[in-house]
Amino acid sequence: MSKYQVDNRGYYGPFGGAYIPEMLYPNVEELQNQYLQIMKDPSFIAEFEQLLKDYVGRPSPLYHAQRLSKKYGAKIFLKREDLNHTGAHKINNTIGQILLAERLGKKRIIAETGAGQHGVATATVCALKGLECVVYMGEIDIQRQAPNVARMKMMGAKVVAAKSGSKTLKDATNEALRDWINNPVDTHYIIGSVVGPHPYPDMVARFQSIISKETRKQLLEKTGKGTPDIVMACVGGGSNAAGMFYHFLDDEDVKIIAVEAAGHGVESGETAATTALGKEGVLHGSRQILMQTEDGQVIEPYSISAGLDYPGIGPQHAWLFKSGRGQYVSATDDEAMQAGLRLTQLEGIIPAIESSHALAHLEKMNFKGDETVVICLSGRGDKDLDNYMKYFNL
Amino acid sequence: MHITKHANGLLSIYFTAGYPTLDSTIQIAKKLEEAGVDFLEIGFPYSDPVADGPTIQHASEEALKNGMTLKLLFEQLKDLRKHVSIPVYLMGYVNPVLQYGVEEFCKSCKEVGVNGSIIPDLPIYEYEELYQPFFEENEISNIFLVTPQTSEARIRKIDNLTTNFIYLLSSNSITGGNLEVRDQAAVYFKRIQDMDLKNPFIIGFGISNKETFQKATQYANGAIIGTAFVKLLAEDNYLDKIADFIKSIKE
Repeated sequence: MSKYQVDNRGYYGPFGGAYIPEMLYPNVEELQNQYLQIMKDPSFIAEFEQLLKDYVGRPSPLYHAQRLSKKYGAKIFLKREDLNHTGAHKINNTIGQILLAERLGKKRIIAETGAGQHGVATATVCALKGLECVVYMGEIDIQRQAPNVARMKMMGAKVVAAKSGSKTLKDATNEALRDWINNPVDTHYIIGSVVGPHPYPDMVARFQSIISKETRKQLLEKTGKGTPDIVMACVGGGSNAAGMFYHFLDDEDVKIIAVEAAGHGVESGETAATTALGKEGVLHGSRQILMQTEDGQVIEPYSISAGLDYPGIGPQHAWLFKSGRGQYVSATDDEAMQAGLRLTQLEGIIPAIESSHALAHLEKMNFKGDETVVICLSGRGDKDLDNYMKYFNL
Repeated sequence: MHITKHANGLLSIYFTAGYPTLDSTIQIAKKLEEAGVDFLEIGFPYSDPVADGPTIQHASEEALKNGMTLKLLFEQLKDLRKHVSIPVYLMGYVNPVLQYGVEEFCKSCKEVGVNGSIIPDLPIYEYEELYQPFFEENEISNIFLVTPQTSEARIRKIDNLTTNFIYLLSSNSITGGNLEVRDQAAVYFKRIQDMDLKNPFIIGFGISNKETFQKATQYANGAIIGTAFVKLLAEDNYLDKIADFIKSIKE
């Protein structure tokens, strides 16, 4: 058993657990008792792999970015999650969870979404399986992300505005949890990141671990060695990073770098740089690292990237950070936007602004020249064109 | 006063500290005792109250805007026992308690004369593993919740851990709903009654008026009203209306 994976109590070191009100206990207990068993079932594995291949389009390519490599003086590979159906890594998890929900006999699916990527990925699999779908989305995000709202509606999902608090991702998650409390029997909650009560962080990480599983194989084919020197990914809640790191955690010679969103700067008061500013605390059912006041009130995060705009960080990441296994750094809005443009111009790939945060860190690294680096390109930039247009006056 | 298995018709009221004004907490508590309420639940606000409906969410948000914190609440409650003699429980979410320090929280409760706490998102496992000694050393009763979905084995476990009363949710829901006066709820209440638990039980969530209060107290030792009372606090001259509100339920 890896010391970086969840233990049998649902904890990663001091982080994780299931801090949920009693009303959620039966639902969460059912998942705790059944998720591993279901995921190990041969019929589940067969259907999951088939859908990843034929529906999502996996394996996603591992692309050796030549011009990017030349610029930074390292051998840089991009794991192309942006080429997945629906445009990001989110679909890996929603495919897994919808199959699980079916096997649990659930009839109704709920989800939270920030920018709408996870909402779209959830609405997609609900359409695929013909299940009722309700997506909670902050009222402000609904206004900011009209195309994704339209996509969800086209696929038959009901999009419900979260009107409490800051009216963004955190509040959408609160509303989804309230819905789950009120619907304890027939509903499955598809959480989109490696957050929430145990077993969600582990379950979502397992579904996303396909990213690093494929990477190892592809890297071996391309370089003769299955492990890189460095793996990098952006982190909000942390699902693409969890998937990108998963199969490298026990290879201690592989350096792990996670890039958070610093917004206008770590000290600016408008940031989502959780590990830099946060303290241990409980949000959305798990003990994690959280931006909060002295009184334990959650501080609203800010980032130009809606997918990284989360005040906490998943418990496994909190543990990788605290144990020193991972290096947790941050990139500002400006650094990320410039990195996004740079990739577009060097490689002809428009990345999601989330993924641009990981790319931005390349500017701050010093390579000897022969390092192999894998960066998770978690999503494509189509959804961010408005932002890019405004930022660069295009 | 003790909440015992032989008590019946007990009325408890929940309200959020710091709402509608920062210093309203003690005034409201005094009025409630004068009006004949049997025990109190004082909520300490949290930014992300997932088990609460819109009314208590709003009260929580306003209380935070007014500047309420757990630290300030304990300062306000310093003279609690000069003004209020009925049992008082603090209710809120676990994160503010963790930041205050669980041991410190229990000590502060004891110092000001608070009888217990209700922390819905502090699970039994973590309570037993990490925190139970702090509660016991300070004689603070942590109250656990039971819902219609809670298994019999788990209810027995909760009954064994309980040192005061069990908080029975009328339905699996967030606060501010309506008690289902259909047979389903009655079957569930009867099931709990028939388990012959060691501890008294009090029904909460969905109790809002005389009808639902009477319905609940047919089965339980008492019932708790939260949302309906918090709505009253939004009205003008709410302090003057408390006595009539309580009378409308108890008589």
